[in-house]
Amino acid sequence: MTTAVLFDKVSRHFGQVRAVDHVDLAVAEGEFFAMLGPSGSGKTTCLRLMAGFEQPTDGHIEIFGETAEGVPPYRRNVNTVFQDYALFPHLSILENVAYGLMVKGVSREERLKAAESALAMVKLPGYGSRRPGQLSGGQRQRVALARALVNRPRVLLLDEPLGALDLKLREQMQEELKALQKSLGITFVFVTHDQGEALSMADRVAVFNEGRIQQLGTPEEVYKRPQTRFVADFVGSSNVLAPAFVQSLGYPARYASLRPEALSLGDGTGERKRVTGTVVATSFLGAANRVTIETGSATRIAAMVPASELIPEQGSGVTLSFAPEDLHLMDEAA
Amino acid sequence: MSAIAETSILAGRSGTFGKVSDFFWRNPKILLFLMLAPPLLWLGIIYLGSLFALLLQSFFSIDEFSGLVNYEFTLATYRQLLIPSNFDIILRTVVMAALVTLASAVIAFPIAYYAARYARGKWKVLFYLGVMLPLWSSYLVKVYAWKLILAKEGILTWVFSKLHLTWLLDGWLALPVVGGNSLSISYTGTFIVFVYVWLPFMILPIQAALERVPGNLVEASADLGAHPAQTFRHVLFPLALPGIIAGSIFTFSLTLGDYIIPQIIGSSRLFIGQAVYAQQGTAGNIPLAAAFTVVPIVIMGFYLWMAKKQGAFDAL
Repeated sequence: MTTAVLFDKVSRHFGQVRAVDHVDLAVAEGEFFAMLGPSGSGKTTCLRLMAGFEQPTDGHIEIFGETAEGVPPYRRNVNTVFQDYALFPHLSILENVAYGLMVKGVSREERLKAAESALAMVKLPGYGSRRPGQLSGGQRQRVALARALVNRPRVLLLDEPLGALDLKLREQMQEELKALQKSLGITFVFVTHDQGEALSMADRVAVFNEGRIQQLGTPEEVYKRPQTRFVADFVGSSNVLAPAFVQSLGYPARYASLRPEALSLGDGTGERKRVTGTVVATSFLGAANRVTIETGSATRIAAMVPASELIPEQGSGVTLSFAPEDLHLMDEAA
Repeated sequence: MSAIAETSILAGRSGTFGKVSDFFWRNPKILLFLMLAPPLLWLGIIYLGSLFALLLQSFFSIDEFSGLVNYEFTLATYRQLLIPSNFDIILRTVVMAALVTLASAVIAFPIAYYAARYARGKWKVLFYLGVMLPLWSSYLVKVYAWKLILAKEGILTWVFSKLHLTWLLDGWLALPVVGGNSLSISYTGTFIVFVYVWLPFMILPIQAALERVPGNLVEASADLGAHPAQTFRHVLFPLALPGIIAGSIFTFSLTLGDYIIPQIIGSSRLFIGQAVYAQQGTAGNIPLAAAFTVVPIVIMGFYLWMAKKQGAFDAL
């Protein structure tokens, strides 16, 4: 498989700040690749390095096998959907979408036709004569997408494109983006701080923290087998257990993660590990309740209890159990 | 928790002051009226009133024998503007104002762009100081300082000779119209000083306009394949245009009306401002002075109308 974007020990430092620090990654052609991390973790800087807005302090970047450092953004066949869309306020929607073709010298008739069909693709046919200011956030987001895609980029970069949308619209756009990517076959690189978004959309996820990639793998790998405490904590609030506690359960003395949904109330049947403690908090999440207990060794463990089950009262003693293979030992030792 | 009051409605502030603020809070329009009335009266009566009086004067004529103003409506004074010696004054002033405006815009844009996009913290302070500092000193002092700089024995001539470029200066001064005996008595000198004196009025509006252009629009343009020149033409320039127009209104109208710079620096040929000064002073021809004053007003009105038609204010 062809590599669309390759980072070889890429660093980008701003003075003393190491925004991106020795990052290696390879995005495959046609892949939906997510870069996930908290703000300031370096994921957006990585995206800007791909777009050409930033130049690496150190390291090597290739886009489809060609060296990208020193190449300005306007000579890269890569387009970006900006976080706040960056639509040109003085141009109509149609002119916005046709902008990339205009600067490349495509004839007026041809580029307006292409822009019109790009607008139809993002389900905004007939909106061409309006101004960006007259559109809602969701519509502007679609225009930004059409403006990038009309250029037929080899890689489409998306910088938290759904961040400003409300929940319902965001879920709808997630599905549409995924379907669009499948049908066009363009490589998508997607930056987000929303782990649910990354897991549901991406083929592979790179989890960033402090300028480095903590883990790179399929959503399932990252979710089920986090390699570091940070990943376990950031990707779906997992229980991170200290080595001493893990040892007391009969495992080697290493950090471990335990998904809340792997735990169930009561002793359970068969070969299960058990922990006992006092309920310190319960919260209703709709489909389930989260029950947090504190063990004798002051370790807090959260469990997801289906809404159909009875919730123990705060302060009462309970037992939680889990299948032994659900506890995942991490690489980090004590 | 003693900080929480027992009552839910606090007692009003006592005294006249308290009553007045409560009254204004309930009737904000009265407060607005009281604040706006004095300046509006000032503008309406004193400013617009005198402008109207001026317009009226321009439709009177002067009796050539007695030198007294003849209070009968006539267009004779305006006809006088069209005689060659007067029309030359208008043409000279308008061309100068246009060139000064153009040069100011070209010089101001990069400075304003730097200030809006890159200058931060102390560099921004330095920028404002640098732009505003010349405005703190007397206009006359600056103009006389330029006379010394541009004089035949001045520092500019000296610099040119040290750089072995005297031939360039002499060559320029030998040109018709723009040349002269020395820079300080040529149109070139007038032009240089006009540009210098009005430049801040061009830089600040452009900087304000560029400040409002989000940086990611420039990035988006480059991302879509636009070269820097294309980004300037299709994104930066259209979005900065309201600022450029605002600045050009300053530089253009200030040049149209100025009578001090061309009097101190330049060939002794008159500009509109000097003509007004001469007509209302020594010549005592108030109607003609008024007619000359109407010219810049009409030109500016026409200019703004054109700018609006071209969509210069669409991005406002």
